[in-house]
Amino acid sequence: MRRQIHRAPIAVATALLLGVFATACSTEDPTDGGTGSDETTESSESPDASESPTEEVEWFDQAVYDEQFDQRSATFEGDSETPYLQYIDGEMTDTSEFKSDGAKKACFANASISNPWRQTGWITMNQQLKALQDDGVISEMETRDAGDDDNTQIADIDYFISEGNCDAFIISPNSTAAMTDAVERACETGKPVVVFDRGVQTDCATSFIHPIGGFAWGIDTAEFLIDNLEEGDKVVALRILPGVDVLEQRWAGAEKLFEENGIEAVDYFTGADPTEIKKIVTDELAKGDVQGIWMDAGDGAVAAIEAFEDAGADYPVMTGEDEMTFLRKWEETGLTGLAPVYSNFQWRTPLLALEKIFAGEEVPKEWVLPQTPITEDERADFLEANDGMPDGHYAKFGGEDLPGYPEVWQERQIP
Amino acid sequence: MSATTDHTSPSAAEPREPRDSVRRRRAARPAGAARRLDSTGLIYLVLVGVIAISVVLTGMEGRNFFSQGNIWAVLTAMSVLGLIAIGQTLVILVGSLDLSVPYVVSLATVIAAGGMKGLDANIAAATFNALALCALVGLVMGLLVSLLHVHGFIASLGIGLVVSGYLGTNYQGSHGSAAPGLRLLGRSGIAGVIPTAFVILLVSALLVTLLLRYTRLGHHLYAIGGNQSVARMSGVRTALPVITAHVLCSVFAGIAALLLLSRTGVGSPTIGSQGRYDLLSIAAVVLGGTLLAGGKGSVIGTIGGVAIFAVLDNVMGVMQVNPFLKDFVRGFVIVLAVAVYARRSVVRRPPRFGASRPVLPVPSSKGDPA
Amino acid sequence: MSAATSTPSGSATAGRTLPLSEGSLLQRLLRGAITPGGAVFILLAVLFVAVVWVNPSFGEPPQLIRFIGRTAPIAIAAMGQYYVIVSGEFDLSMGAVIATQVVIAGNYIGQDESRVLPALALMLLIGAAVGVVNGLATTLLRVPSFIVTLGTMLALGGLVRYLTGGAATGNPVDSFRQIGRGGIEDVPVLDVLPYPVIILAVVAVASVLLMRSPFGRTLIAAGDNPDAAGLAGAHVWWVKTRAFMLSSLSATVAGILLVGYAGVHPSVGSGYEFQAITAVVLGGVVLGGGRGWVLSAAAGAFALELLFSFLNFQEVESTWRPTVQGLIIILAVAAGARAWSYGRRPSRTAESAPPAAPAASPTPARPGTETGEN
Repeated sequence: MRRQIHRAPIAVATALLLGVFATACSTEDPTDGGTGSDETTESSESPDASESPTEEVEWFDQAVYDEQFDQRSATFEGDSETPYLQYIDGEMTDTSEFKSDGAKKACFANASISNPWRQTGWITMNQQLKALQDDGVISEMETRDAGDDDNTQIADIDYFISEGNCDAFIISPNSTAAMTDAVERACETGKPVVVFDRGVQTDCATSFIHPIGGFAWGIDTAEFLIDNLEEGDKVVALRILPGVDVLEQRWAGAEKLFEENGIEAVDYFTGADPTEIKKIVTDELAKGDVQGIWMDAGDGAVAAIEAFEDAGADYPVMTGEDEMTFLRKWEETGLTGLAPVYSNFQWRTPLLALEKIFAGEEVPKEWVLPQTPITEDERADFLEANDGMPDGHYAKFGGEDLPGYPEVWQERQIP
Repeated sequence: MSATTDHTSPSAAEPREPRDSVRRRRAARPAGAARRLDSTGLIYLVLVGVIAISVVLTGMEGRNFFSQGNIWAVLTAMSVLGLIAIGQTLVILVGSLDLSVPYVVSLATVIAAGGMKGLDANIAAATFNALALCALVGLVMGLLVSLLHVHGFIASLGIGLVVSGYLGTNYQGSHGSAAPGLRLLGRSGIAGVIPTAFVILLVSALLVTLLLRYTRLGHHLYAIGGNQSVARMSGVRTALPVITAHVLCSVFAGIAALLLLSRTGVGSPTIGSQGRYDLLSIAAVVLGGTLLAGGKGSVIGTIGGVAIFAVLDNVMGVMQVNPFLKDFVRGFVIVLAVAVYARRSVVRRPPRFGASRPVLPVPSSKGDPA
Repeated sequence: MSAATSTPSGSATAGRTLPLSEGSLLQRLLRGAITPGGAVFILLAVLFVAVVWVNPSFGEPPQLIRFIGRTAPIAIAAMGQYYVIVSGEFDLSMGAVIATQVVIAGNYIGQDESRVLPALALMLLIGAAVGVVNGLATTLLRVPSFIVTLGTMLALGGLVRYLTGGAATGNPVDSFRQIGRGGIEDVPVLDVLPYPVIILAVVAVASVLLMRSPFGRTLIAAGDNPDAAGLAGAHVWWVKTRAFMLSSLSATVAGILLVGYAGVHPSVGSGYEFQAITAVVLGGVVLGGGRGWVLSAAAGAFALELLFSFLNFQEVESTWRPTVQGLIIILAVAAGARAWSYGRRPSRTAESAPPAAPAASPTPARPGTETGEN
């Protein structure tokens, strides 16, 4: 048949094209030294947007690393009983222009509630809202959820600006660089803008609220593993996904310390899927001994531990997160571990910041919240305090004094 | 294959596709305008219904659906998905599928943003590079589908994975910067109601409609989607239209990527996956009355389908529906709406045409056993 | 291809035997190996040798049996997807069904031992119900299965997360998790025989028997040419609906195993639909229906998992994994598209119309919705 005669050369041609396609892409690399935006803030969250996409994208930033290294031992202003109101002394924003009476309407552009950390925070935030509504500070909070999509979140912010009748904006950006223009547009309305969690590349916001940051996480966890392991030991690093600055900085900080201290570390992306995590750890154990597990977020930690159990291997030294599932398994197994914390109670702070802003009290321009890991000694207290909470709950959620505690968190009522 | 086939297969010059002589006449013909208008009319009737409900629900929230800001929001939401769905319509019409669009979109944003480096002077070159790369990706898929007979589902899934691996390895986090001129385009519009992006969508829809109705290529797209073998026996060179459809689809994804870039200002290796454009664009196309198996459908219908999605999302946003429940509603509406069209097309047929399966046998992979 | 597939298609070719069912067993095996359904076993062997070469301890029986155990869920899911694909449809709702079952296990059973059996019944019931909904919407409402199951995927996923607040309460009792995690201890050579391996074996045998039964033959016929199958007296709608039920039930079984293997988490099962379709296609099963062997689908799943393990052992940067996966799929299917035509070449007179072009059958005017020009 005519067609069959032609088949072989066509197959070759297509294979070639596939190859050409691959090489065409890779040769783009050296020419792509984009400049990015000039307005990088001092924010710990902002990655250097001007990197060229080489194999080794450099997330490591010595200055930010050093800053966060120091902040771990900094003195926090305010009562340690209310960590969500503590901050490191620094530049303050004068808010006297916003001082006004009466209940105000807040508009919240949320990135998503697609993981347990965000869900827990979102529940806490809503209970904080109820408390402030009872106090007559906030009349209502209109929320738009972007479902992890930059484009949707930009539209959400624009919608609030034109249709929301908002007195103030709260924005939890889905990504750092992409959301910058939209946040600036919100700032241009002249109303208070509070940004929290991930940052943006503008300092126009009234306050930018976040825990110390990813490098601090990386330092805390890597130091713990280095202290408890020998030189030459192997650590498997389980990471959720590439390209998110808060997560990349955790690994960038840890990787640097592992290298400096002779720890052999291999990293994998797992998508936080326990099935994937268990397979990866099982394969690593089949290859050779693994002494340590490092995670950039504790979601799915139990699967990693169970991989050791099923393979009959000794428990690793491990860092997880303050998610209940890890704390419980940690206690049950008695392994040597640490629960780093990306302070979930920060979800309370934006609304409390608005309370201060409308009262005319000054707020930190960059509101750095404490971020202290849970050690083995403190573990029992947190387990007791969070008894009855679901596995996806975060120990340092900081909502014990809010209305609805503990049922709302136990039943995980998402509005 | 079944014995019935043997009876009707004369060992003619083309013994591999001997069947279908009866249907040649029907399948090789482009879609008849009258009935398409009917089904398109129905889609827009559904859209009007959705809008009517939305107006009421928006009103109950103390808002006005037709306010300037809301219309702007709906039209903006339509633009990106709409452009991708136009491309997807072409691919589906010709009997294939494109699951790679999210990755092509992401790829185009990083290439374009990386090339622009925030300078207007680089717009033309960066745009050309990004779209050329998209076209190349589409070309590879088109060749796989048309010449190697790889099912469109697999070809595009595979190419999507290839591109996603490339993006994941080489671009970690946002990259480059859009030119100020492009950013301005992202914010501009007519009278503060109609975004420029939407105008681009309408112009694209018009051009593709003209292409489908009045060019030989357009007719061939329908013919191949209707029945590839018959189309070839009628003298249509099947490879070229299939490849063209895939190239155009990827290029439209690239244009959508430029629109996204005009809004976000930076290239992002995940922006396409964030929008779930693969499944949503396919759903929008089918919602717009295009047959998933190919051969029947229109771009106007697709735009209607995209509009239904946009209005639905808009009203759920205004009502602050729980994000998890939004997915439930989307899923429900997709099936329900398509069921309405599918039922109707069955009912409308003369009885002898009635019983037929609504399956997805894309002819490309096996429509040609040669 | 093998006897399992050639038998039904052979019977359909009215008095002609296909070449694949001629000759001695050895000849048939050799011929089978060059078809896509057989080639996957060669691919499997090659990958296995490669993995053992990279990491010799992988070949030890205890390691190997554990690998088979952990691959059981995806292999079972792939066999479920096979029924749907061979009948000419798609099931994209698989991942959502798995997530649903996993969350039900976590939230309903909890630490209450007495609820294990009711929970199993409930999960199977829900699995069957989802299959019925998918099947009836596809066959009776005539919505393309791609869209139906996409809708089910969105609706089910959204509903489960809405009802549970996005996270499960916790893992169910250990006795339930033992199904997916435990095994028979102290087995000679193997050390331990994981329950998932046993379940996989049972499912595989049942699948082969099922595909040899009248149902299996009708299923393939319905995928090959539904019009002809309908004319031959098959209730195509009911056959396809049962295929969807089998798919959802397979997802349920996979979910039960995954509760044990990985624990309860809403992201368990995510992406399983595409993994399963990929496995089925690697197994040489043709999208669009009518061709392929059920065990090849399971073999495709094993090949895929071996490939991932190989990449892990080789320490390929994990970001490149999708690229390798994509290239393998394309190459396998491109090769498959050729091999099917070679395998079919001798039967020129029986050669034929793919279902996409359901042929000028005795009912000439049947340009149904799928091929319709307008």
